Amino acid sequence: MTSPAPPRALAPRLAHGPSARRRAADLGATLSCHLAAAVVIVPLALIAWHLLRMGLGGLSLEFFVRLPKPVGELGGGMANAIVGTGLLVGIATLVAVPVGVGAGLFLAEYGDGRLGTLVRATADIMSGVPSIVVGVAVYGLVVVPMGRFSALAGGLALAIIMLPTIVRSTEEVVRLVPRSYREAALALGAPRWRVIHDVVLPAASGGVITAVLLALARAAGETAPLLFTALGSRFWSVAIDRPIASLPVYIFDYARAPYDDWNRQAWTGALVLLMLVTVVSAMVRLTTRGVARR
Amino acid sequence: MALAVFVVVALIAWEMARGAMPSIQAFGWRFLVSTDWDPVAEKFGALPYLFGTAVSSTLALLLAVPLGLGTAVYLVELAPASVGAAVGFVVELLAAIPSIVYGLWGLFVLAPFLRAAVEPWLIAHLGFLPLFRGYPFGIGMLNAGIVLAVMVVPTIVSISREVLASMPRSLREAALALGATRAEAIAVTLDAARPGILGAVILALGRALGETMAVTMVIGNTNRISASLLAPGATMASIIANEFTEATGKLYLSALIEIAFVLLAATLIVNAGARLLVTRTTGGRRDVAGAA
Repeated sequence: MTSPAPPRALAPRLAHGPSARRRAADLGATLSCHLAAAVVIVPLALIAWHLLRMGLGGLSLEFFVRLPKPVGELGGGMANAIVGTGLLVGIATLVAVPVGVGAGLFLAEYGDGRLGTLVRATADIMSGVPSIVVGVAVYGLVVVPMGRFSALAGGLALAIIMLPTIVRSTEEVVRLVPRSYREAALALGAPRWRVIHDVVLPAASGGVITAVLLALARAAGETAPLLFTALGSRFWSVAIDRPIASLPVYIFDYARAPYDDWNRQAWTGALVLLMLVTVVSAMVRLTTRGVARR
Repeated sequence: MALAVFVVVALIAWEMARGAMPSIQAFGWRFLVSTDWDPVAEKFGALPYLFGTAVSSTLALLLAVPLGLGTAVYLVELAPASVGAAVGFVVELLAAIPSIVYGLWGLFVLAPFLRAAVEPWLIAHLGFLPLFRGYPFGIGMLNAGIVLAVMVVPTIVSISREVLASMPRSLREAALALGATRAEAIAVTLDAARPGILGAVILALGRALGETMAVTMVIGNTNRISASLLAPGATMASIIANEFTEATGKLYLSALIEIAFVLLAATLIVNAGARLLVTRTTGGRRDVAGAA
């Protein structure tokens, strides 16, 4: 990579070109940028390799359908944690989607005033709140009044994590819906709420689904907000007012435990978690492709 | 629905302030400068955790900024389209990996490697610096800094990339027309993009400050302040993750909530500053300002 050749007409006047020192500096800077990009790829490759190497061995049907075994007994699975993560993310989605999509629609359709600016700033603030702080807040707001840790509290904590992503992405995709759609519907005499409900929202639905899935994938891997809300459980439970197991918390507990077998299971759990996240991301890519084609 | 967003944030802030009140009343400003952490005597001070958060985040940025910025420049100015897309995809994937997976990797892969290979070398060759004194534990500030660096690189890359791409081409073309080499032309663009890039770095700092799980798993969790990067420590987020469920006693719990409150305040200030910078540089394109 050297400097680009000067245009032909100027070439005679610039016959000498940049000095050797500047050329060396150019080469050095360019090479360091290439090097930086190469180094950034390394961690991903290493993490993927180690996940497969350490986690693949424990991957079996048993892992998905069995409950954890007591300390000292080998084997067992994380069925309750997988179901628990599903349930927690389900609760979070049920809460965050109506609120988030509603707020996003508001920002896109009515959000040019002072209230819009305020809500937008608040959503930005919210996305910057550390997830552990969300956990502490939900502990005080839900767990303490309820008197116990619960799946509901965990789901609400995850909903708070999901909310800003959904709000902002919904606003962006709804703004992409052409003005002419709205004008055509209004010209036909439809009231504003019907225009939004029957024309704008369906047109933006692909993008909204993508936004929700992205938020969902992020929430599924969150650990910190669950530590003091859903807590964890070694038993089978689908009750929303009881503590519930989740994959990330299991990985955390099993990784810190002094038993080799548990550490191995933590790797397998991480592999499964990452596969879940990847499947969701792949779905995102498929839906966005569908939208782009339309 | 839009107001619900506002209400949630207000509730979080209110709950933090309410929960922290007993501790604020009991310790006042001393809470931030004291190194006591004695649940039995109910004496609490957060200095070791403030220190740990500051050191681990600084170390992360020292490692991540050159790498992230170099990668962003590579993606915008140097990479062929296909390679650029592939590298961009990898960076996106790095951002999608859950924090707990980074922690697992840091604990079981990076820590043994640091303990066996890197830290003994640092002690032998750079041990005259206080930064590299002590024993090769593997876990500690250095490990936390490296893991955090990997985690915040995607933030730096994706935002600097947008900021660089939003710079007018004429800047670079003018520099090239004056006979600048490619690196010199890029330096001109970088100079113009400086506020936006600073914003990207500060957003990354915000992420690093609040990152919990990965750090908790690799930092070693002691409340001692040490000048050495090889020594274990603790951060504001990690002390909460470790002790919150075990906190018995009102004051103990309140002290932890006050730490959460301080952490919240710090990240809010950092994020607000960053967003202001990024939005100014890119002319208010919200997709960029909201990218983190």
